[in-house]
Amino acid sequence: MNYYVIKNNQRINLLDIPTIEFESLKAQLAITNLRPIAFFGADWGQNIKLYTALADDERGEILLSSSLIDKSVKGYESITKDNSQYHMFEREFYEQFGIKPEGHPWLKPVRKNLDNYEFFEMEGEQTHQVAVGPIHAGVIEPGHFRFMCQGEKIYNLEIMLGYQHRGVEDLMVKNPSNQLAESICGDSVIAYNNAYSQTIEQLGETKISTKAKLIRAIALEMERIAIHIGDMGAILGDIAYLVGKEVYGVTRTLVINTMLEISGSRFGRGLVTVGGVNFDIDKKMSDKIISTLITVEKTVDKMTKAALKSSTVMSRLEKTGTVSTETAQELNLVGLIGRSCGLNIDSRFDFSDEIYSALKRRPFSATNDAYSRFLIRYKEIKESISFVKHFLTELEKHLDEPIYTEPKAFIPNSFTLSVVEGWRGEIVHIATTDESGKISRYKIKDPSFNNWYGLSMAVRNNGISDFPLCNKGFDLSYCGFDL
Amino acid sequence: MFDTLKMKLWQKNQFIPDIKNAPIREQFRGLPKLDDSKCEKCGGCANVCPMGALSVNPLKIDLAKCSLCGACQRFCKNKAIEFTNYYKLGVDSLEKLIITQEITPENYHKKAIEVRKEICGIFNRSIKFRQVSAGGCNGCEMELNAAGNANFDMGRFGIDFVASPRHADGIVVTGPISKNMAYALEDCYKSTPNPKVVVLCGTCALSGGVFKDSMELNREFIKKYHIDLFIPGCPTHPLTFINAILDFIRKK
Repeated sequence: MNYYVIKNNQRINLLDIPTIEFESLKAQLAITNLRPIAFFGADWGQNIKLYTALADDERGEILLSSSLIDKSVKGYESITKDNSQYHMFEREFYEQFGIKPEGHPWLKPVRKNLDNYEFFEMEGEQTHQVAVGPIHAGVIEPGHFRFMCQGEKIYNLEIMLGYQHRGVEDLMVKNPSNQLAESICGDSVIAYNNAYSQTIEQLGETKISTKAKLIRAIALEMERIAIHIGDMGAILGDIAYLVGKEVYGVTRTLVINTMLEISGSRFGRGLVTVGGVNFDIDKKMSDKIISTLITVEKTVDKMTKAALKSSTVMSRLEKTGTVSTETAQELNLVGLIGRSCGLNIDSRFDFSDEIYSALKRRPFSATNDAYSRFLIRYKEIKESISFVKHFLTELEKHLDEPIYTEPKAFIPNSFTLSVVEGWRGEIVHIATTDESGKISRYKIKDPSFNNWYGLSMAVRNNGISDFPLCNKGFDLSYCGFDL
Repeated sequence: MFDTLKMKLWQKNQFIPDIKNAPIREQFRGLPKLDDSKCEKCGGCANVCPMGALSVNPLKIDLAKCSLCGACQRFCKNKAIEFTNYYKLGVDSLEKLIITQEITPENYHKKAIEVRKEICGIFNRSIKFRQVSAGGCNGCEMELNAAGNANFDMGRFGIDFVASPRHADGIVVTGPISKNMAYALEDCYKSTPNPKVVVLCGTCALSGGVFKDSMELNREFIKKYHIDLFIPGCPTHPLTFINAILDFIRKK
């Protein structure tokens, strides 16, 4: 095993990462039981450098390795055949660098060439296709879904994305900014901005104050509370339980309006910056946050109790869209969806920093279905409310610290990696610099990159009318995937 | 069922009664207020602006490019730039989005959207939109969804989003318009029956925003077709959106 082991948010010298023969790299990836969090290429003179990062969730370590591939190489034997977790990563690598993974079971475009693509087909008397998108019926982002159905039952769902592709990774190299990081995925503003800021800070080994870290963590948990409440409303809206939809919708407004008071934007835009944060939380604001959260918690408790008592709600949620724990593991589902399928991963605790290490992870007994995805949101809202209260008391110990530290210049030939648990799951940002200290490659992995295939598995053998319910339960990002 | 009904009673009425004069928190960053006499022309604000929305000679901000992030306000020690919480930002032509020191909320709003007889005649009491997210980050989409929730409730003014362009009176475009969405957007436009209106919503749609230098955009749609309404904001606040549409379809 030839790895370089790092912790989350650590800068290392780019050349410290071992460069090994491609065949032996593949061999060590095929046999490991650690899950991949990155597998991407970068230009390296005449060659392409392939970086891989594996997450050791139990020890909180990240294992890095790399290999050089000549640009004239046309193909290689696919890793996905032995380890299905590389399924999306290999497709992405093929699309970006044109090196074909031979024998890949399902080599489709990820973000490009959307006009013609192959899809699974079925023939028979009662089979039919339902094609939806890219423009959907609601006010949501574009994507193309193709259902293979027999009667009402879905046999397979083919998901084709890439419509939102805006070339974010290239823009990040050319002109990185906090504003760009915030606009990669507008529902995870704080999570993305935290990941970006931590990555950029580490490139110059800038240390920010504990106070700034606490404010970032408070904002991250507030974002989680707001979006989870909105999602619970959306799930209930899709099964026509409209009281739930409206009550959760109104409760979400309370949280995001508090965010507006902190940062001047309902989603916390402009709050986090490289070097710290732009807005302080004083005693008055802190009291306001606590009193809002008490109201929010009371409403969410009452509403969830009323909703789960209703038999119409329970009959739609229970045993709908089940993904077994084994499948979840095989597909490397992460974040909220992974936890709702019984996987015990949460990068807040797995790769914890000084802020989260004082907190305890609470267990969740997953039932793997739509009910599980509803309930875990409720559990995480409660959990996050208690975390915010804890952070606010911690904040009082650090009142005199500055909220902003001037960031230092980038160190040449650096490699940094930052994992942040957004409300959807782990967001991975990786940056490398060249000899002159400029950013040479920026790589982003959204949790949706892993989880879209999970949605496809969840709807199998369910009625097509249950698709909206499953989709809202997963609530995956199109733009985070498309970049 | 009784629990559900109790919940409804406990929540009472949540809607904002007077949407045109709805209060908003003072921290909200809306229309900027500029003071050229305080400006030292150091150009620092233009450097910190990642959107390229600022120029200092004379001091002006192009709201079509501005993401209202407030970086320039924080940079300027002389307080030449200040963001007010004025939220009625929608206009009917791009030139009106250039903010100089003469602009105050009153004279901005007076000129912002001119009354068009044919629009007020047809859409006065109901206008239905088809929303197209063409590379949007989901921020504007979430705010447009929020415009229909129990707080803002734009449905009571006859403004709604419908599922098909065939049922719509116009389209609302969010996002910088990626290459991959250009065809679908145009298709959607063509499928909407005449007479139709086009509304651009959010900084990305107005100018490409933070993605303006990307190679993956195709903004021909904007040049090709007439745009009726430009609504800035990153993301556009529900109050900004609803008020712009109301000014557009109703006589003042």
